Amino acid sequence: MTVKQISVFLENKPGKLAAFTKLLSDNGIDIRAINIAEASDFGIIRMIVKDIYNATTLLKDANYICSVTDVLAVEVKDEPGALSSLIAVLGDKDVNVEYMYALTNRIKGVAYMIIRPNDQAKAIAALEGSGMKIVSTEQLF
Amino acid sequence: MERYYQPEIECASREEIRKIQSERLVKQVQNVWDNVPMYRKRMEEAGLTPADIQSVDDLHKLPFIEKDDLRDQYPYGLLARPLSDCVRVQSTSGTTGRRVVAFYTQHDLDLWEDCCARAIVAAGGTKDDVCHVSYGYGLFTGGPGLNGGSHRVGCLTLPMSSGNTDRQIQFMTDLGSTIICCTPSYAAYLAESIHERGVRDQIKLKAGIFGAEAWTEEMRHDIEEKLGIKAYDIYGLTEISGPGVSFECSEQTGMHVNEDHFIPEIINPKTGEVLPDGEKGELVFTSITKEAFPLMRYRTRDICVLSREKCSCGRTHVKMSKPLGRSDDMLIVKGVNVFPSQIETVLLNQGYPANYQIIVDRVNNSDTIEVQVEMTPEMFSDNLSEVTAKEKELVAGLKAMLGIYAKVTLVNPKTITRSEGKAVRIIDKRNLYKG
Ligand SMILES: [Zn+2]
Repeated sequence: MTVKQISVFLENKPGKLAAFTKLLSDNGIDIRAINIAEASDFGIIRMIVKDIYNATTLLKDANYICSVTDVLAVEVKDEPGALSSLIAVLGDKDVNVEYMYALTNRIKGVAYMIIRPNDQAKAIAALEGSGMKIVSTEQLF
Repeated sequence: MERYYQPEIECASREEIRKIQSERLVKQVQNVWDNVPMYRKRMEEAGLTPADIQSVDDLHKLPFIEKDDLRDQYPYGLLARPLSDCVRVQSTSGTTGRRVVAFYTQHDLDLWEDCCARAIVAAGGTKDDVCHVSYGYGLFTGGPGLNGGSHRVGCLTLPMSSGNTDRQIQFMTDLGSTIICCTPSYAAYLAESIHERGVRDQIKLKAGIFGAEAWTEEMRHDIEEKLGIKAYDIYGLTEISGPGVSFECSEQTGMHVNEDHFIPEIINPKTGEVLPDGEKGELVFTSITKEAFPLMRYRTRDICVLSREKCSCGRTHVKMSKPLGRSDDMLIVKGVNVFPSQIETVLLNQGYPANYQIIVDRVNNSDTIEVQVEMTPEMFSDNLSEVTAKEKELVAGLKAMLGIYAKVTLVNPKTITRSEGKAVRIIDKRNLYKG
């Protein structure tokens, strides 16, 4: 079970991020999680939204470069050590994490990690094998 | 010992070459007069008939033609043979406006391949060689030209085409490629990649034939040293035939023009006056053996020098210098000549669109150059390190090509300013010549 993430190319210039977020809010895109990775002259925005199709259509029409990637959303307890045990589970099975980011939950005491592993199938096997809970897009909203 | 593909013509006496050129020129003039309305009209406007062209001494009387004429006559206007006699089309990359399409009869292809075979033999090629062709195949003339030449020489030919560096290097090591044909910027990149992979001792290359873009002596030395080869320059234009219009010999001091097929002239680009050997000016070609698509006094816009000094290789054909620039769009940055076409070549080789902008500025009394490139869905990834790695590769490619560092900025699609539909390629903020 995977979650679809939208990645967007964004120039690193004043006003670009503001214009981007305004476009999404003006069009009522419900963003569940957002993460920005920055290089010197550009950034990559990664986000989990409710309606992938609407969001990508909107972005493409506005001349943004974007792509949709399958990532894993894993439930972790909102307590010390939960994240390191998640990483250990993956590391034990030789799965590398390209990047990851957190989103808080509406249910208290539980958080979700969005993970982009180098090997999706191996990651799923490792997580399921250790009893970790992988959730669907619907469960995030 | 020097070897030749067609020694009887490559080493013919100057008198003999002149005689062949005059005969062929007279025939070609009659041919275009009879078959190409544009040439007839231009000659009539200049008050000429075919009878006015009796030898190469009369060549200067003919009007010039330019790239715009080729675009205006697109696609069939300059054909001198029925389309049914043509067997091949090649085309220029055509980044702005209409592209140029050139037609070939089988005979045209045969002569073109002969020219490329001369270049391969001049670079030491024999039937025992493994010739690795990493020019692009397709409409671009690089791949098809060298491929045909390699067959004629009898080399084992690897039609690699461009890109996929891992596969290139694997074939090179597994099949023992001895001659590599590609653009100089790709050669520099390959050399770098071979070193990174630590497989230099498994490479059997002895020579490279590099063309289709401008390169420097520094690049040559760098490539020669890194790959342990001798690097030969080759020149050509799709309009005239493709690579092999001229090629370098072992002396490496200029490229012998295949004068039995192409007559070169150097002119003053402002006045059109023909300049003597040794003077710098615009290179003009007349293709005297082309059947399908003959060009008469075609202005290449390349700035060159011709030399008829005796060459140690034994070839008697005139030598042309590397193009020293374009007659129209040269920039001087940090004292180095920079041509937008060089930047464009690197972009295209690395899979970027040819839509770019060059911004030249002066910061603290030092020139800076920035190349803005539009991001494409193909180049994009959700993974930051993948995108920055591609960006670094582009910076390295530009450095190898230009000899100076250029900052690369990736921008959103459709953000590069266009005026009247044509992109503004160069923004020079230095205002050095103001007032
Ligand atoms: Zn020579």
